Amino acid sequence: MTPRVVEATRVRESGSLKLALPRGALWGETLDALDRTGLDTAGLRGSSRSLVFSTDALTLVTMRPSDIPTYVEAGAADVGITGKDVLLEQSDRIVYEILDLAYGACRMVLAGREGDPSLGETERRLGGMRIATKYPRVAERYFEETGRQAEVIEVKGSVELAPLVGLADGIVDLVATGRTLEENGLEVREEIATSTARLVANRVSHKLRADEVDDLVERLRPEGG
Amino acid sequence: MIHPTPPGTRDILPDEMRELRALQSALRSVFEEHRYGEVATPTIEYAEVLRRGDESYANAAYRFFDERGDLLAMRSDMTIPIARLVATRLQSEEPPFRLSYVARAYRAVNPQRGQMREFTQAGIELIGAPAPDGTAEVVAVLCAALDAAGLNRAIVGLGDADLYRQLLAEFGVQEQARERILTRLAEHDLVGLELAVGEVEGLDAEAHATLLALPGMRGDAEVIDRAIELGGPPVERATQRLRATYEALFARGVSERIRLDLGLLRDLGYYTGAILEVYDPALGHIVGGGGRYDRLLERFGRDLPAAGFALYLERLHVAQAEEERQMKEERE
Repeated sequence: MTPRVVEATRVRESGSLKLALPRGALWGETLDALDRTGLDTAGLRGSSRSLVFSTDALTLVTMRPSDIPTYVEAGAADVGITGKDVLLEQSDRIVYEILDLAYGACRMVLAGREGDPSLGETERRLGGMRIATKYPRVAERYFEETGRQAEVIEVKGSVELAPLVGLADGIVDLVATGRTLEENGLEVREEIATSTARLVANRVSHKLRADEVDDLVERLRPEGG
Repeated sequence: MIHPTPPGTRDILPDEMRELRALQSALRSVFEEHRYGEVATPTIEYAEVLRRGDESYANAAYRFFDERGDLLAMRSDMTIPIARLVATRLQSEEPPFRLSYVARAYRAVNPQRGQMREFTQAGIELIGAPAPDGTAEVVAVLCAALDAAGLNRAIVGLGDADLYRQLLAEFGVQEQARERILTRLAEHDLVGLELAVGEVEGLDAEAHATLLALPGMRGDAEVIDRAIELGGPPVERATQRLRATYEALFARGVSERIRLDLGLLRDLGYYTGAILEVYDPALGHIVGGGGRYDRLLERFGRDLPAAGFALYLERLHVAQAEEERQMKEERE
């Protein structure tokens, strides 16, 4: 019988392995990946507002992708799935990055207004460019490594707005298809990094629950990978 | 009016202090029983002393000038100050030296993540006793300390600081690629490690598979056999010292808490042989760590083999409270 996912209200302290799942862009493909491990995720796919679910072998907790390193580093979740973009931005968090899940592929890019040379122009004339981003640490590291000066402005919502209204000359953001950029008259200028979904583990769980973690890795390992 | 304390520091009130004191005195009794005399060193050292022990000042958080313009630093652990102490105050005495401490140390960590910049370490240093017997004695004291703290489920991860580096050399991986791969391993980035190993030219399939599998190999004594089965003689040579350490622990009867970990690395630069990390299921962070640093004392002018461990007192306390709570829950 396929193990079924059901809603739960309480997380047992010890007991089944706790897996943190990302709501948002990676949600659908993450559930597909869990289906392939032999789990029936119908209970997760509904419109339930519950945050905690369980099967016989796993406790599933759901959250924003950017919170996953926090929960996993503290050991509140033993393992978690999140994007490489999140891990790059929070690179100071101590978690084991143990598997590339291969889905959720996208690129971290520097983008500017289409056909508008002002990105280079401000750099030349004013000594630095203004860059809006949700990934301030990735952006700062990138400009440092490429030897350029930039004023990085952190925003929380739609980054594409910033160059349109003059908050910034360009943006550093994640693109999957590039359609959002296109629709806002922006174009990719430089590629900074590529990202896919990753399985991460808590440092202590990786040691104390080695068999369960390794078993999960084997079942989630993408075919041909 | 609010008068805050600096980030990563905090006050301790009587209820907590009473429990911390009880824990400290349990640990001190264990150290005394094993004849490790307690020492104290200054909280501040010349920054040059810390740098002599570790290139990155061992993550010291606070550095400042005194009135003469000398650069000082708050100590970030007790291992380096004790190395200095042994090389200076005890220079006319005969090793081995068995020393213990319960002391505050300071590190540049990010607060708000279960890590404090000011914290208390309780530990020992065994200086002048070589591997593997010296290591076995240190682990014996560590296990007694965990017993005394009531952490019955705590596990000691045992690895070797040079194992993976040596294996890369055995497989003929060039210096530059070797450093790149070791950086990935130190960052716990096994996906990046796979990429970096994949970029190495001229590796045969067996070497490639071994380098990818080894960092994930952890468990009881048979992991070494499994690793050798996978990678043959190069692995046999690279794991020789770890095997000797494990056998010494087994002979001493302190292998029960030990889990071998072929991918273990520690973040401070002075470790040379066996390395240790302490885990408890009640806590997501490590409770303590240690290992051998046979080349550290020599930097202070006295060439002696050495090993030791340090437990983080406040984390030990959190784990202890959690163990008690769970035991109570199970009884009910």
